[in-house]
Amino acid sequence: MPDGARERILARLESGASTEPAGEPDFAVMARRAVRPEERYASLRRAMEAVHAEFLEANGDDWPGRVRAFAEAEGIRSIAYGPGTDAAGRLESVLRGSAVRLVPYDRPIEEMKRTLFDDVDAGFTTTRGGIADTGGLILWPTPEEPRLLSLVPPVHLALLDVARIHGSLWQAMRDEGWAGRMPPNALLVSGPSKTADIEQTLAYGVHGPKRLVVIAVVPRA
Amino acid sequence: MSAEPRPADFRRASTAALADGPLRANFRRAMDGLMAKRAARFADPVEWRDLRALGAAIRARTLARLPEHLVRLEARCRENGISVRWAETTEEANAIVLEILRRHGATRVVKGKSMVSEEMHLNDFLERHGIESLESDLGEYIIQLDGETPSHIIMPAIHKNRGQIAKLFGRKIRDAVYTEDVDALTAIARRVLRRKFFEADAGISGVNFAVAETGTLCLVENEGNGRMSTHVPPVHIALMGVEKVVPRLEDVPPLYSLLTRSATAQPITTYFNMIGGPRGPGEKDGPREVHLVILDNGRSRMHADRALQATLRCIRCGACMNHCPVYTRIGGHAYEAVYPGPIGQLVTPQTEGVDRRADLLEASSLCGACGEVCPVGIPIPELIVRLRTEAAAPGGASAVLGRGGARHRVESLAWRVWSTVLSRPRLYRAAALAATRLGRLVPAGFPPLSAWTRFRSAPRPARRSLHELADDERIPDA
Repeated sequence: MPDGARERILARLESGASTEPAGEPDFAVMARRAVRPEERYASLRRAMEAVHAEFLEANGDDWPGRVRAFAEAEGIRSIAYGPGTDAAGRLESVLRGSAVRLVPYDRPIEEMKRTLFDDVDAGFTTTRGGIADTGGLILWPTPEEPRLLSLVPPVHLALLDVARIHGSLWQAMRDEGWAGRMPPNALLVSGPSKTADIEQTLAYGVHGPKRLVVIAVVPRA
Repeated sequence: MSAEPRPADFRRASTAALADGPLRANFRRAMDGLMAKRAARFADPVEWRDLRALGAAIRARTLARLPEHLVRLEARCRENGISVRWAETTEEANAIVLEILRRHGATRVVKGKSMVSEEMHLNDFLERHGIESLESDLGEYIIQLDGETPSHIIMPAIHKNRGQIAKLFGRKIRDAVYTEDVDALTAIARRVLRRKFFEADAGISGVNFAVAETGTLCLVENEGNGRMSTHVPPVHIALMGVEKVVPRLEDVPPLYSLLTRSATAQPITTYFNMIGGPRGPGEKDGPREVHLVILDNGRSRMHADRALQATLRCIRCGACMNHCPVYTRIGGHAYEAVYPGPIGQLVTPQTEGVDRRADLLEASSLCGACGEVCPVGIPIPELIVRLRTEAAAPGGASAVLGRGGARHRVESLAWRVWSTVLSRPRLYRAAALAATRLGRLVPAGFPPLSAWTRFRSAPRPARRSLHELADDERIPDA
């Protein structure tokens, strides 16, 4: 179907002023911002704790034990998760038989909506990595780990391998060649949901998770 | 068109705002805080200079080849499964949204913050067609409850204090217990809106950056309402102005960094949501349909002029209003426009006509603060002067709507006398003599001088001119 509005808008813009500004954009300032690899975890953690993200540290493979201890201590009785990933398998084996119920997100949202909104205390996801300079986790939801796992439950538990923290968002995009492989949804998360819409006063937990708990997997000392 | 009870009257509205003590206190407090926090976030002057130059270059280069980038964006979006529609006017955009919603039988819509939807008066339009359109950003939700429009493009409810919001919630929300505690007020809104997200048939959002290279729609937010609105309902409609496109994904990080630091002094927002399409094969959630509506609404006219095109660089951070001495004193509503403050003084007269909104162009002391803090280097004061010139132009062709329409006979005459006097030395000396010897006799209480003397003391000309004093000192003419 020919779109008259489209043609008219484009024609007007074509006939508009189009003086190409001199010189290519200079991205050197973005390269300068990079945080050195050995400082990245500390930088990310500092920035995220400033906006109320919480951190649990785990050495190597014992992270599911930390999740279990945290959930038991905080009264988290059910955790939604995406079965099928490597991390999910480990979580299942450690939480089996514990007081913490694992709720698989294994059906379409139309069947899972009430569960996610009303019946789980937390959602667990892996992450693709992190961003050191500003803080932030990189999430690329997948069919195994759907988009709403990190958003709807009141607590978001996010697994982060500290070896996968990039210096900056710009570097992450370049190093991993995002432009050639963007997924249907990619996101950055730097803390729990917040607002300052009432008198500029920060309040946490407005629509999304009230708590963001990062399970940081650091190499064994 | 939405009903407009009377034409905009800036003089009346700003006079009323100036007399509103609580309103002025609310703005003063907020703007002072925002300015201090922003300055601290750009503490390194070299980084600020270079990052701003980069942001300005990306935006300017994008605008120089705008049609090409838009066509590419459209193609990539379609490859990603996002349907793309174009609208020349807000009426067309409203009709497109309505048609999509009707096709799905949608009666309940949740909305993320979108200034383009404010241009469209979309909520009113949908309500008139029997569709509930609920704002889900906390600030937008508050003003929607009170039947108001945003007074700031980033913090829409900034004109209200917690006491006013507490009363509003008590009046409008069932079972809301009166409280002035910000956490408790936020919790009340959370309870109401989570139900709405759950029930919504469709979600509507704006777009902060649309990446042509990848067909990605980027949304910047802190609350999570944007993600809720775009990902819980089965249909997502995104609205953007033609200027929102950027060529490459790599262009996003510098603009995002400039945006969050300029707007709220945050290094990064809580969420940065990159939408690259509807629910894919095997995916368990995400909308089944994503629609993008690309709106012109006067933007192509701004694009036609080489200088005024810079208006379209704007990334809607609000820093210009936060730093504007006029905005701080009168607040956003006095502008009676979708975009208040300095950027609004460029956008509104260009969209509605420099003749109809000439009064807005006068609402600037040209102090230059807005131009200094603009993260993409829009020369706002220069463009305000340019639009003043257009408004008072004697005729001739230009792309500017309403050119010459605010030309004032007395004002033009005054300037003609002024230039005649200044270009004839003998006349000038006679005028100077008259002003110094007789100037005190001019009655200050009558027009046009009364416009000045109503609020200020009348200037008293010196008894002898600077020229005469210089001659006494034997200072030679240059």
